Amino acid sequence: MSAGTFTPRPAAAPVTRMIRAQTALETRMLLRNGEQLLLTVIIPALLLVLFSSVDILDTGAGKSVDFLAPGVLALAVMSTAFTGQAIATGFDRRYGVLKRLGASPLPRRALMAAKTLSVLLTEVLQVALLTVIALALGWSPHGNPLAVAALLLLGTAAFSGLGLLMAGTLKAEATLAAANLVFLLLLVGGGVIVPLDKFPDAVRSVLELLPISALSDGLREVLRNGAAMPWGDAAVLACWSVLGLGAAARFFRWE
Amino acid sequence: MSNDPAVEIRGLVKRYGPKTAVDGLDLTVRRASVTAVLGPNGAGKTTTVETCEGYLRPDAGTVRVLGLDPITQAPALRPRIGVMLQSGGVYSGARAVEMLRHMASLYADPLDVPALVDRLGLGSCGRTPYRRLSGGQQQRLALAMAVVGRPELVFLDEPTAGLDPQARRATWDLVRELRADGVGVVLTTHHMDEAEQLADEVAIVDAGKVVAHGSPELLCRGGAENTLRFTGRPSLDLASLLKALPDGTQAAELTAGVYRVTGDVDPQMLATVASWCAQNGVMPDSLTVERHTLEDVFLELTGKELRA
Repeated sequence: MSAGTFTPRPAAAPVTRMIRAQTALETRMLLRNGEQLLLTVIIPALLLVLFSSVDILDTGAGKSVDFLAPGVLALAVMSTAFTGQAIATGFDRRYGVLKRLGASPLPRRALMAAKTLSVLLTEVLQVALLTVIALALGWSPHGNPLAVAALLLLGTAAFSGLGLLMAGTLKAEATLAAANLVFLLLLVGGGVIVPLDKFPDAVRSVLELLPISALSDGLREVLRNGAAMPWGDAAVLACWSVLGLGAAARFFRWE
Repeated sequence: MSNDPAVEIRGLVKRYGPKTAVDGLDLTVRRASVTAVLGPNGAGKTTTVETCEGYLRPDAGTVRVLGLDPITQAPALRPRIGVMLQSGGVYSGARAVEMLRHMASLYADPLDVPALVDRLGLGSCGRTPYRRLSGGQQQRLALAMAVVGRPELVFLDEPTAGLDPQARRATWDLVRELRADGVGVVLTTHHMDEAEQLADEVAIVDAGKVVAHGSPELLCRGGAENTLRFTGRPSLDLASLLKALPDGTQAAELTAGVYRVTGDVDPQMLATVASWCAQNGVMPDSLTVERHTLEDVFLELTGKELRA
């Protein structure tokens, strides 16, 4: 490199270019991580195939894929927006990535926007893949796609808030353990593969208030029963979004 | 605006709970110069630098970097500074060139990435994820990330810690190139030779304060006597030598034929001693100048070994 190579010429890139670059990098990091792929793609797809083709779960009247597909879509949202994002962000924080980016021209809002876009991009890929699998298994979805999209977005907001809250307050290793544990518990107790009416009434009325239950129930109302927007479930998700994102904004520590 | 100093710190205080990390520190850094902040571990070097980078809010005092407040004017300041953290700062799964290219994309007019990759020998990192790179490769990547945006001022926190001698020299060369091209450099170190080799100005920090500040030459001369030794015939007439030398200079024959001259050793003094030897028909064997090193200065100022 010759004289004058380093002559200062400092200036930030346009913010849209920064967000695009950051989104692309975040998505690459996510898709390159084997454990994340297991969680976001392989487990939901396996559950869908296994329980649709093997009759070991009592999923009520109708084809079991019609019950399972909405639940697995809800699980996919949770795996990316909550579990995956919590673990990835926890380790970004631990490795000083968030700190280093904090001294770059990338504004924090742009970083958060990129993380959100990367989550949404991953979800689009998940939903496309799971839809194809479900259709191949004989799924016949109903309802308004816009209501489905609205529920998926609300679910993403709710789970992102909780995931970021965890990533920004706990140690990376604790986040890793807790996020996986919560994923498992909510998989079983959130109406994803086991209908909530299998639980005792008292337990069930609590479980129904979980974001995963609201999302899987809301999606099922629309996709299986052809219902209009399920406002009750949407309201539960909206509450979790406000609480989760609010708490994350308040308590998130960048280092 | 360009007349502002690169860094101006007045009365900086930073506490962590009951512990005071920085205790009324003052420091001014000229533009386009290399300043070494030298001190033992725990002296407050990193805290000072991280306050300049906008990571920490001072408990008291003022900090201005390129004339800007690092906290309230961060959006204006960030594109103009380059930062190398002591460790980390890269996605564990990212490849070196990928991360560098990403940093470059955050700036409007970055350096040529392939050229910088070559310059710092990062090409050999290939597809290895960051977490499996060697310590030296991680350091070089962090350095590349600090300069890729063409900043006016870079902060390097222990840039050569853990590097082998060859890699250290490569880093020093880069720092010299940065200065030659008009980039200011503030680096922390606890290597005396690094400060002596690189820095225009050295700020010695101990217990949260700057205890001495100046060019390495000035610091080594100030207060500390320097020594010149030579050997020759025994029993030379030192009184005639002292007459030719400035007041305050001392001379002694330590053992037969071994002489020591103490005082302000400069080229003039050396010439005087040499010509006095010529007049007396003495061949001054093993004529050596023993200057005080920064290490000595540091020891005198702080009573501590630097590499404790």
